[in-house]
Amino acid sequence: MSKGIDLNKYFDTPKHDVVQVLDEKGKVVNKDLMPDLSDDQLVELFKEMLWSRILNDRSTKLNRQGRLGFFAPTAGEEASQIGSHFAMEKEDFLLPAYRDVPQLVQHGLPLAKAFQWSRGHIDGNKYPETLKALPPQIIIGAQYVQTAGVALGLKKNGAKNVAFTYTGDGGTSQGDFYEGMNFAGAFKAPAVFYSQNNGYAISVPRHVQTAAPTLAQKAVAVGIPGVQVDGMDALAVYAVSKAARDFAVAGNGPVFIETLTYRFGPHTLSGDDPKRYRTAEEEEEWHAKDPLTRMRLFLTDKGLWSEEQESAWEEEVNAQIDAAMQEVESAPKQKVSEYLKDTFIDTPAVIQEQIDKFVAKEEN
Amino acid sequence: MAKTTMIKAITQALDQELKRDDKVLIFGEDVGKNGGVFRATEGLQATHGEDRVFDTPLAESGIGGLTLGLATQGFRPVPEIQFFGFLFEVMDSVAAQISRTHYRMGGTVKMPVTIRSPFGGGVHTPELHSDSLEGLVAQTPGIRVVIPSGPYDAKGLLISSIRSDDPVVFLEHMKLYRSIKEEVPEEEYTLPLDKAAVKREGKDVSIITYGYMVQESLKAAEELAKEGIDVEVLDLRTVSPLDEAAIVETVKKTGKAVIVQEAQRQAGVAAAVASVIVEKAALYLDTPVGRVSAPDTPYPFSEAEDDWLPNKQDIIAQVRETVNF
Repeated sequence: MSKGIDLNKYFDTPKHDVVQVLDEKGKVVNKDLMPDLSDDQLVELFKEMLWSRILNDRSTKLNRQGRLGFFAPTAGEEASQIGSHFAMEKEDFLLPAYRDVPQLVQHGLPLAKAFQWSRGHIDGNKYPETLKALPPQIIIGAQYVQTAGVALGLKKNGAKNVAFTYTGDGGTSQGDFYEGMNFAGAFKAPAVFYSQNNGYAISVPRHVQTAAPTLAQKAVAVGIPGVQVDGMDALAVYAVSKAARDFAVAGNGPVFIETLTYRFGPHTLSGDDPKRYRTAEEEEEWHAKDPLTRMRLFLTDKGLWSEEQESAWEEEVNAQIDAAMQEVESAPKQKVSEYLKDTFIDTPAVIQEQIDKFVAKEEN
Repeated sequence: MAKTTMIKAITQALDQELKRDDKVLIFGEDVGKNGGVFRATEGLQATHGEDRVFDTPLAESGIGGLTLGLATQGFRPVPEIQFFGFLFEVMDSVAAQISRTHYRMGGTVKMPVTIRSPFGGGVHTPELHSDSLEGLVAQTPGIRVVIPSGPYDAKGLLISSIRSDDPVVFLEHMKLYRSIKEEVPEEEYTLPLDKAAVKREGKDVSIITYGYMVQESLKAAEELAKEGIDVEVLDLRTVSPLDEAAIVETVKKTGKAVIVQEAQRQAGVAAAVASVIVEKAALYLDTPVGRVSAPDTPYPFSEAEDDWLPNKQDIIAQVRETVNF
């Protein structure tokens, strides 16, 4: 009698070795993976993470005061965002999603422009030529297909640079997520794709997105390496990101990285209430994994960080934020005529007619 | 100067632009070694290399993203969407990304992109190959929609589109690819974008049209001439943004307008043309504006195309009705 086909044996069993360097107490648990960073660099990495947390807290307040507009909180994701960006070179190209403003500012976007983007001012997206990046992408997945194009462009130009992009856990269900990685794979283009898996897409938990046990294994579908990393561990995220960048620059094609992380705040400040879909216990459990806590402990143990340094840095960051807000709040109002002028380079007659109308109106 | 088909004129334009500017890239499904499903890119990969003319995976959205990304790195992409009915897969890239990048970045980045795609009825294609979807993109600010009506226009407009620093959707009617031949200069030449062209001068009534319907309208005009109706045929060439001045001018001249499109009545750009006439030339009209378009159903099953698609007879009937109103 035929035994038939046993479909159970066709389940792909992914590796579940989550890359970790620091544990929750700031102890090095994997010396072999310890990245090659100087003391100064380690301090710089932590300062950037702290900067990101302060920026998050201040942005939340500024939003509530009505001084900022759209804001997607980042607290809890400092290791994932800053740790990964720390592996980028200045000439690498960044394609952020709407939550990835911290990386964009670290990459060279003036803070005042980031605030203008939040408020909805065109000047926030006028990038200096030296900034290799696109503005935060609102259409979830679009940044992935565009990354394939940027990476192919870098390759064709012979640049020794890489395109970096980010989406969340929900974003891995989009068609563009698959297409972007598949194109980059087929063209062996230098790209690093991140899924920052914080467990929820607004209110929808990760397990509703897919039956796949990891998101990292989605790389298998396009034939590229997929790595799952402790997204609350900045040194692990940096180590994996650096390896991925080196791999891509060497002409081996793209890499996909899943960072296991958590957002301490709501999805955005546009009315989302995580209490509707998350438990207090769960939040507490993740707060114990705070990426800042373990980096702080690690650096303090090494004698590289003190409370005094932290207070001084906080003061400096707050002053930066105040200065940027002042710049934004004294900026000139936008003009519809400028919008019209930016719609085409070679302005069509029908647009020119509208420009003339608005210029006349704006002069009154 | 030799008489040639539209498909050959297009290939010639692509070949000359690849030669002129090493930032021009052509890519899409089967455009490389195969030379395209209609032979539009025939021989181009052999001449210019796999770096310049290459195949992609089968995913329109991916092609759209590739286009945008390559443009940010200084390239001048000329991607192909195999049939425009597949636009829906790449609508976000076209209408939400490529069209608005220059605007959303306050003019700091340009998108010199030309998206080529065949469309149009009368050649018995399977589903979703022939649909006229220009109206969807025409409603998108920041992108031009160019539709040539024959070989000469196709070459000049395609060269202009590729050289434009703004994005263009360049739609090629499948029935025009090989059905007519025109004198097309071997050398490079450009035709202005955003400019309509009078394809036949007349004084009694204006037909305002584009694409394959230009050819049907010219045939209709010849027959109408026999019954003493002198028709002017205005070919829009760029259907978005419209050449409003040319539309107003022809209506002022004849006082009567019939707008002809292959798309369904609720689609295409005929309603936009009609509103330009109402806004800017209503007082010159001595009869209501007439429209010829397809019925408001999804595109027909191929055996029903002849009954469904607007043709010369429909145009003649509408012109008579408008003239004798």
